[in-house]
Amino acid sequence: MAKTQIKLKVNGKDVEALVEPRMLLIHFLREQMNLTGPHIGCETTHCGACTVDLDGKSVKSCTIFAVQADGSELLTVEGLAAADGTLHPLQQAFMQEHGLQCGFCTPGMITRAYRLLQENPNPSEEEIRWGLSGNLCRCTGYQNIVKAVRSAATAISQGREAAE
Amino acid sequence: MITGHFEYHRPKTVDEVVSLLSRHGDDGRVVAGGHSLVPMMKMRLADPAHLIDLRNVAGLDRIREDAGNIRIGATVTQHAIVESELLTRKLPILKEAALLIADPQVRYVGTIGGNVANGDPGNDMPAVMMALGARFVLRGPKGEREVDPRAYYEAPYVTAIGDAEVLTEIRIPVPPARHGWAYAKMKRKIGDYATTATAVILTLEGGVCKSAAIALTNVAPTPLYVEAAGKALVGTKGDAAAIATAANAAMKAADPVSDMRGPAEFRRHVTGVMTQRAIETALKRARGG
Amino acid sequence: MGNQAIPSTEERKEKLCGMGHSRRRVEDARFIQGKGNYVDDVKLPGQVFGDFVRSPHAHARIKSINAEAAKKIPGVIAVLTANDLRPLGLHWMPTLAGDTQAVLADEKVHFQNQEVAFVIAEDRYAAADGIQAVEVDYEPLDPITDPKQAMAKDSPVLREDAQGKDSVGQGPRKHPNHIFSWDVGDAQATEDAFRAAKVKVKEEIFYQRVHPCPLETCGCVASMDKVRGELTLYGTFQAPHVVRTVVSLISGLPENKIRVIAPDIGGGFGGKVGAYPGYVCAVVGSIVLGRPVKWIESRLDNLSTTAFARDYHMTGELAATPDGRITGLKVHVLADHGAFNAHAQPTKWPAGLFSIVTGSYDIPAAHCVVDGVYTNKAPGGVAYRCSFRVTEASYLIERMIDVLAAKLKMDPAELRIKNFIRPEQFPYNSALGWEYDSGDYHTAMKKAMQAVDYAGLRREQAEKRKRGELMGIGIAFFTEIVGAGPSRNCDILGIGMFDSCEIRVHPTGSAIARFGTKSQGQGHETTYAQILASETGIPADSISIEEGDTNTAPYGLGTYGSRSTPVAGAAAARAGRKIRHKAQMIAAYMLEVHDDDLEFDVDGFRVKGLPEKRLSMKELAWAAYHQVPPGMEPGLEAVDYYDPPNFTYPFGAYICVVDIDRHTGEAKIRRFYALDDCGTRINPMIIEGQVHGGLTEALAIAMGQEIVYDENGNVQGVTFMDYFLPTAVETPKWETDFTVTPSPHHPIGAKGVGESPNVGGVSAISNAVIDAFTHHGVTHMPMPHTAWRVWQQCHALGIDR
Repeated sequence: MAKTQIKLKVNGKDVEALVEPRMLLIHFLREQMNLTGPHIGCETTHCGACTVDLDGKSVKSCTIFAVQADGSELLTVEGLAAADGTLHPLQQAFMQEHGLQCGFCTPGMITRAYRLLQENPNPSEEEIRWGLSGNLCRCTGYQNIVKAVRSAATAISQGREAAE
Repeated sequence: MITGHFEYHRPKTVDEVVSLLSRHGDDGRVVAGGHSLVPMMKMRLADPAHLIDLRNVAGLDRIREDAGNIRIGATVTQHAIVESELLTRKLPILKEAALLIADPQVRYVGTIGGNVANGDPGNDMPAVMMALGARFVLRGPKGEREVDPRAYYEAPYVTAIGDAEVLTEIRIPVPPARHGWAYAKMKRKIGDYATTATAVILTLEGGVCKSAAIALTNVAPTPLYVEAAGKALVGTKGDAAAIATAANAAMKAADPVSDMRGPAEFRRHVTGVMTQRAIETALKRARGG
Repeated sequence: MGNQAIPSTEERKEKLCGMGHSRRRVEDARFIQGKGNYVDDVKLPGQVFGDFVRSPHAHARIKSINAEAAKKIPGVIAVLTANDLRPLGLHWMPTLAGDTQAVLADEKVHFQNQEVAFVIAEDRYAAADGIQAVEVDYEPLDPITDPKQAMAKDSPVLREDAQGKDSVGQGPRKHPNHIFSWDVGDAQATEDAFRAAKVKVKEEIFYQRVHPCPLETCGCVASMDKVRGELTLYGTFQAPHVVRTVVSLISGLPENKIRVIAPDIGGGFGGKVGAYPGYVCAVVGSIVLGRPVKWIESRLDNLSTTAFARDYHMTGELAATPDGRITGLKVHVLADHGAFNAHAQPTKWPAGLFSIVTGSYDIPAAHCVVDGVYTNKAPGGVAYRCSFRVTEASYLIERMIDVLAAKLKMDPAELRIKNFIRPEQFPYNSALGWEYDSGDYHTAMKKAMQAVDYAGLRREQAEKRKRGELMGIGIAFFTEIVGAGPSRNCDILGIGMFDSCEIRVHPTGSAIARFGTKSQGQGHETTYAQILASETGIPADSISIEEGDTNTAPYGLGTYGSRSTPVAGAAAARAGRKIRHKAQMIAAYMLEVHDDDLEFDVDGFRVKGLPEKRLSMKELAWAAYHQVPPGMEPGLEAVDYYDPPNFTYPFGAYICVVDIDRHTGEAKIRRFYALDDCGTRINPMIIEGQVHGGLTEALAIAMGQEIVYDENGNVQGVTFMDYFLPTAVETPKWETDFTVTPSPHHPIGAKGVGESPNVGGVSAISNAVIDAFTHHGVTHMPMPHTAWRVWQQCHALGIDR
């Protein structure tokens, strides 16, 4: 099958690539871009380990073809920290609150939490659980993940206040 | 996990879509959010040689009010429905139902057109559209036509859509401001299809039910409009006996399969329970609660 | 030396971050930035991808396999079948339970989705196309999916390869589909107890087949370097050294030419202990092609073919006095092992450690028989935080206690307390042969009951019952057995189940320590350093922990069954003490005192009575490389291989409150309180995380997980469409608490905790659901307690209207 050229922005960098139409976005990221942060945990679009941020939306990259992302802007967990290496408040909070154990769900979870806090900068615990319901975790029981997102929400709003 | 091979098309107009569908016939499938079709392709249960992406087609992603109708473009996402101030005000059942579909990520991408067009009996919006008395707008080589959702579903994944036709819009008559509405869905967890679900749209006048439309999700080979259930409420004050009659009508009409959600007997029983609860909620809302 | 102001003891302890601190995890830094290194992240030059053609039939003869069309597909390199593996003797492989398992189906398939051919291609896309194109001609046979049918007179023989064999690794067998009978306890004494008993209860209790389902599936990358004659095998291995030994035994390559690397693992839960056909085929593929071969299973493959858990059909009986003193326990288990006995167990234990089934109770006479049988289902059985069948045993006894309580019209908490092993009875010898190390059950139970206001909950339940509302209170007081184990009774393929720590301290005071275990999320890089910090006085932040590379790590039996802390943690403590001991001798030499004149003070040694005369471990490390006493070797390193004298016995008191909608059968957990006693607590934050995670798995098992086979052998429930993994919305908030009863035989008194929440959680939740119905005379309800099953109970009682 003939390959198609796609142009997109990944973690702030312009990217051009040739892909088969049927290449899934998750494979494009992991195999061609060597961004192995997003993971594959199922093939039925349930687990959310592959979650990326695509044009401001949380998207399961296992159910999108790379060609469908032509012209888009994409953020993965690798793009969350600042250019100087300063971790995003979510990343810091996950470490501080023990929001991960095996780490496999973590990239998708943090990437989704990132968008959740854009949607709702001050979510309640229930809203956090609801907002993360597209991301499965087997190790943590979610409790510390919720704490971490709550803590990050506070840190971000305090940071915003400090800047103003 | 890996689909078969296909050619990918990104048309810009509906006419191009129709032309591509005409040219490729059964080998062509439209895709919007893709979160129904792509999982099937990954399991090789669907194998279209031509994938026609609707998401760059102009004009399909708008929500607007127009002469007493709400018009929702086929590629409007569930997320956009949830966020729409207009829909929250005028068609609140849509937000309630959309929030019960899948999970946040899928809602960002999944479209209303995708949810109603392909005839999956597990999808939630068809029953809601039946209860709302909506109209599906289909465009094909011969032009545009409207189809009643209550007549659109023929069998699992078999609908009244014609060759080379594509659903472009849903038109919904705006219900009165104080109407009764509810979508009650029983499921095993977030993201699951319904064990059973009921959509109710009703109106009261002077405390008496003037109109009622009730439809069911995933308890029959197709989404199911239950005329008898709505009729059981009309002309009554929505008392317990009337609600029970309506719920029983829904139970009787349901013909669920036994699956891991439960045996058919169970699913039929909870259809009655969820229908009763949906009606009670709709009445409460109609009465101003 | 010694004249600058020393920071306070508290400051130094903080900096040391030894045991007891909620030290933040070292491993997090890479995971939160997407820089973990899991098996599917591994990319070697020239790497190709392999995947399986799988059988749609549960039981069938293979008449032919035609791969010609597949080989013509662009990108497909090779297709392996049993015929290709036969000349190498690799078409079958030994299992950990003494049986053999087909690597690729050899003339016959034994379960749906069994591996039939291995397609190797340039990438996974071409491999998928290749798999579609392989044509297999099957002759279907009648399958057996009901284990009760397995030993019927006229049932089909499933394992023709084992026909005529007296034993398939676990002793004499009675029937071609029988695997083993295991008998433990005193049949006569138990019979006598039952004959004399005034009160007897009996219940059939099925623990359904489930699957550990870590978020990362199994996989490997096998890379044969033909020039060096060395095989490197990356993989999802909870026990990397065992894999190396097994690969050596089956391939003929010596162990010094095999390097097994378990990189980051995305959860194990026992599903990544055994060897799978995918590993063998990847190794063979790499040896044949001279290129690295990657195999990563799909979720469907995972749930339907690699490592199921449970599937125990149990019958429990208790004998008791009218005032509730248990006098005897009888248990029979029909164990459904699937098509091959791939039970990941210590060799002499065909039912694992099931004989812990006397639980927390002082039961004078007990007898237990387990019969294992073959069926046309996936192989496995030991997995899913089960501590080798402890989950099954604990479920049985905790259910039976509730059944007995109902019969006696006694409160289930009161009945438990009445029969608890008392503190003065420890170390306690159970009727089934275990010596429990330590416990104080009464204190834990009292604390739990007070925390939830148990009496208040029972009052509330009584009120609700009057109104026809369903509310249940479930208790689990479990004692489990972990830390396999003493080599006199525990071996894997003949290798004793010791474990190891090797630590090397560098001249400038930092250290690297390596272990024979392998974390899949348990935080070893963080917690082992804490143990070593406390023992050596070197700050945890200065100690790097490595696991998983068999070229460098000392031999160990891996991580599962909560064994890391009891076994390797002990090795760490003892290795740390050897370091400290050598450092002490160096210090004595440098300070010109006798060894005994020195005392250890957090991070160094000081002269007793002269605290300003001190040397820090950092200074001593430096000295070890040039200033050692005459006759002493330079350097500062130690190795410890620890063969535990006994298992450890963590315990816990869990109390669960549920409310049930009698119209829909939906049950909601209103409250869950978990008190765990795992002895010495190394990192409270990590313990709490383990409990949260284990309880969430328990919730899934008790309320929704099941892998079901229909009568044609079709497996259901093996995708996330149906296999119940709770999201954050379905998962309640877990309350955790603890007591500390150290293990007297463990160097730091620690017992391990990882599996406790799955052991206790399932019982507490299940007991709660059933407790909601006991006033209606219900004695048992089978798991999982899905809405439809609970509704069926409501419907049978006529209370669903």
